[in-house]
Amino acid sequence: MDSTMQGHPRPPAANGSDLRRALARAEARRKWRAFSLTLPLLVFLLLTLLVPIAALLQRAVENPEVAAALPRTVQALAPWNRQEAPGAAAYGALGQDLMQLADSADAGAVARRLNAEMPGARSMVMGAYRARPFDGPAEAVRARLLDADPRWSEPDIWRAIAKNGSRWTPDYLLASVDLRRDAQGHVERMPEEQRAFGSILGRTFSISAVVTLFCLLLGYPLAWWLASLPERRANVLMILVLVPFWTSILVRVAAWIVLLQSEGLVNRGLMGLGLIEQPLALLFNRTGVVIAMVHILLPFMILPLYSVMKSVPPTYVRAAVSLGSSPLAAFFRVYVPQTYPGIGAGALLVFILAIGYYVTPALLGGADDQMLSYYIARYTNVEVNWGMACALGALLLAATLLLYGVYRRTAKADLALG
Amino acid sequence: MKQRLIAAATLAACFALPAAAQQQLTIVNFGGANANAQKKAYYEPYEKAGNKLVTVEYNGEQARIKAMVETRKVTWDVVEVEAPDAVRGCDEGLFEKLDYSKIVDKADLLPAAVTECGVGMFVWSTVMAYNGDKLKTAPTSWADFFDVKKIPGKRGMRKGARYNLEFALLADGVKPADVYKVLATKEGADRAFKKLTELKPNIQWWEAGAQAPQFLVAGDVVLTTVFNGRIDAANREGRNLKIFWPGGIYDLDYWVIPKGAPNKDASLKFIAFGMRPENQAVYAQNIAYGPANTKALARLDQKVLDDLPTSPANAKEALQLSVPFWADQGEALEKRFAA
Repeated sequence: MDSTMQGHPRPPAANGSDLRRALARAEARRKWRAFSLTLPLLVFLLLTLLVPIAALLQRAVENPEVAAALPRTVQALAPWNRQEAPGAAAYGALGQDLMQLADSADAGAVARRLNAEMPGARSMVMGAYRARPFDGPAEAVRARLLDADPRWSEPDIWRAIAKNGSRWTPDYLLASVDLRRDAQGHVERMPEEQRAFGSILGRTFSISAVVTLFCLLLGYPLAWWLASLPERRANVLMILVLVPFWTSILVRVAAWIVLLQSEGLVNRGLMGLGLIEQPLALLFNRTGVVIAMVHILLPFMILPLYSVMKSVPPTYVRAAVSLGSSPLAAFFRVYVPQTYPGIGAGALLVFILAIGYYVTPALLGGADDQMLSYYIARYTNVEVNWGMACALGALLLAATLLLYGVYRRTAKADLALG
Repeated sequence: MKQRLIAAATLAACFALPAAAQQQLTIVNFGGANANAQKKAYYEPYEKAGNKLVTVEYNGEQARIKAMVETRKVTWDVVEVEAPDAVRGCDEGLFEKLDYSKIVDKADLLPAAVTECGVGMFVWSTVMAYNGDKLKTAPTSWADFFDVKKIPGKRGMRKGARYNLEFALLADGVKPADVYKVLATKEGADRAFKKLTELKPNIQWWEAGAQAPQFLVAGDVVLTTVFNGRIDAANREGRNLKIFWPGGIYDLDYWVIPKGAPNKDASLKFIAFGMRPENQAVYAQNIAYGPANTKALARLDQKVLDDLPTSPANAKEALQLSVPFWADQGEALEKRFAA
C-alpha cells in the first residue's frame, strides 16, 4: 500500500504524491477541456429550452392582474363569507382602487383576467372604470357602481375578485384538465358546458394512436423488406423514404389538399374505376388528417425499425424453420420479438411527434379534428389569454414526459430519442 | 483625405438611413381581395403623393401587437383589426387614443365607425351564398341553411363560434333583433349549440376567407357562410355566385395605431388620407364593402351601391355584430365550441 494513503509523507513518497497530483490536475484539465467543448451546447439548451420552459410554467401559475390593481378590494374581501354580496366597505375599496389606476390599460388587464373567470366581467369592470370618479362614503360608491351595472349587486363578480386576489393561482392548470375551484376553494369538476380540454386531450391521444398504428402497419413490412435487400438497392429505396421526409410539411399538406379534394386525383381515380358513385369526403375531416399525418410521420417509424432489423441475424429464423416451425410462426415468434426495441422506439417517436401536431390538422381537419396545439395557438394569438395557453402547454409537456416515463419503465431499454 | 471622406460619408449614411426609414410607414392588413382594394384606393395614391409605405399581411393575431407593445419594440404603424379586437385592445391599452380633429369630421362617419382607439374603415358582412349555376332551389331563409332535407348537400361555415351561433338562432326562429338577447342566456346558448350540433355532420369548415367561394365553385358545398366581398371578388372573375342578404351579420374593420408606434403623426395623416370620401369611394368600387365615410356614397353609381352591405335593401333584415357581447362572452363560447 502506498505510504501517502496512511498519512505519513516521506521524501520519496512526496514525489509520488506530486506525480499523483500532477496526474489529477492533467485529468481535470482534460475534463474541463471536454466540458468546455460541450459548453456552447449546454448554454444553447439552457437559453432555448430550459429557460423558456421555466418561463412557460411560471406563466401558467402567475396571476398578477387583480392583486396588483385592486389591493384594497382584495383586502376588504378577506373576511367576507363569499355567500351573498359583500358589505359597502368592499365597494368603497373598489372605488378607491379604480381611482388609483394610472392608466386604462390596468383596468383592461383586470377586466380580461376576470372575464376569463366569469364571462361578462369585462364590460362590468370597464363600465365601472368609465364611471369614475368615485368619492365620498362607501355607500355612495356602492350606489354609483350599481348604477353603472346592476350586476355589481350580485356576489359572482366579488367571488371572482376574491379568488384571484393572490399572485399565484392553480386555476389555469386546473382548467386545463376541466377542474375549477368553487367559492370556498374546493376543487370540483367544471359544469358540463364548460368542459372542453378533457375531450380535446382525448381526441389528441386518439388521433395520435391511430396514426401510430397505421405507421406501424405500413412501416413494418417496408422496413423488413428494405432490411432484407442488398445494401446498394436498400440505399436507393431508402432515398424514396427520405425525400418526402426532407420536403417541407406545408408543401406536403398542400399536395394532400390537391389530391384529396372532391375533384381531386384520388376521388376521380376511384370514380373512374367505378368503385364509388359519389366523391368521398376525404378532406377537412378526420380521414384527411390521419392520411396526411401518417404520410408525414412514416419515416420516423421506418428508420428506427430498419436500423434494428439490420442488426437481427437471419440465422435465428432459419434455425427455427429448420427445427420444424412454420415460416409464419417463425416470423412472429422469433423475428418480431427481436425487433421490439425498434417498434418501441418508432412508435414512441411517432406518437410523441403526433400529439404536438398543429399545421396538418389546422389545414386538413374540421372543427372536431383540432388537437391540443391548435388551442394553445388559439389562446396565444386570438384570445390573448397567455396563462391558459401556458397551462395547456404544460399539460402537453406533462403528457409527453409521462409517456416517455411509462415507456422507460415498461421497455426497460435505454432509448435515446432522436 | 479621400479615406476620411468615405468614412465620414459612411458614418453620415448610418445616421441618415434610420432617419429616412422613420418616414416609412408599415401598414398591416388582412391580405387577399381586401388588401388589393386597399392598395388601389389608399396605398398607391398615398405613395404617389410622395410618401413611403410598406405593407404587411397578418391573420388578426392580437398577440403580435401585444408582444410589440409590451416589449416596446413597435414596428407596425397602422393596423387593420376587427371590431371586437379594436374594443378589447383599446381597453387593455394596446392602441393609441385617436385625435379625430386630425383625421376626419366624426359627423361624416357611420356612428359605429367612431371609437376611442379605432376609426372604422369599411362595413363588411358575413352572409349566406350559393352557386347560381349549380343550385336549383335558392334558399329563402336561414332555416333552409340548417335543413339538409330541403336542400341536400354540405354547408360551409367558418371554424369558430362567432356568427355561427347567431345563424343557428336565426334558423331556429329567433328574430334578428332578439338574437343577442337570447344568446346571452344559458338556455339561448344551449339552443344555438344544439342547432349547430345537429348540422355538424354536414358542415365543411373554412378558416381563410378565400376558401368559402372556392368550396362553392368546386361544388364541395351547396351553401356557405362567407364574407360578402369574397363573393364579389369571385364574380368579378366570371362566377355566378349569389348572396342571400337577410340575416347577414355586418361589422366594421378599424384602423388602429399600436401604442408607442414611432411615427404617430405620419400614421394619423395616412388614416386621414384613407378616410377621405374620394379614396373611400375608390375602395368600394374595388370590393363590395361599404365605405365608413358616408360622403363617399354620393360618388358611387347604383350598380356598386346595390352590392354593398350598407345599401338599404341589403341592410334591411341584417344584424349588426354585437361587439360588447362577443368581447364579454367570446372566450367562453369559443371554448364551448371547441369541446
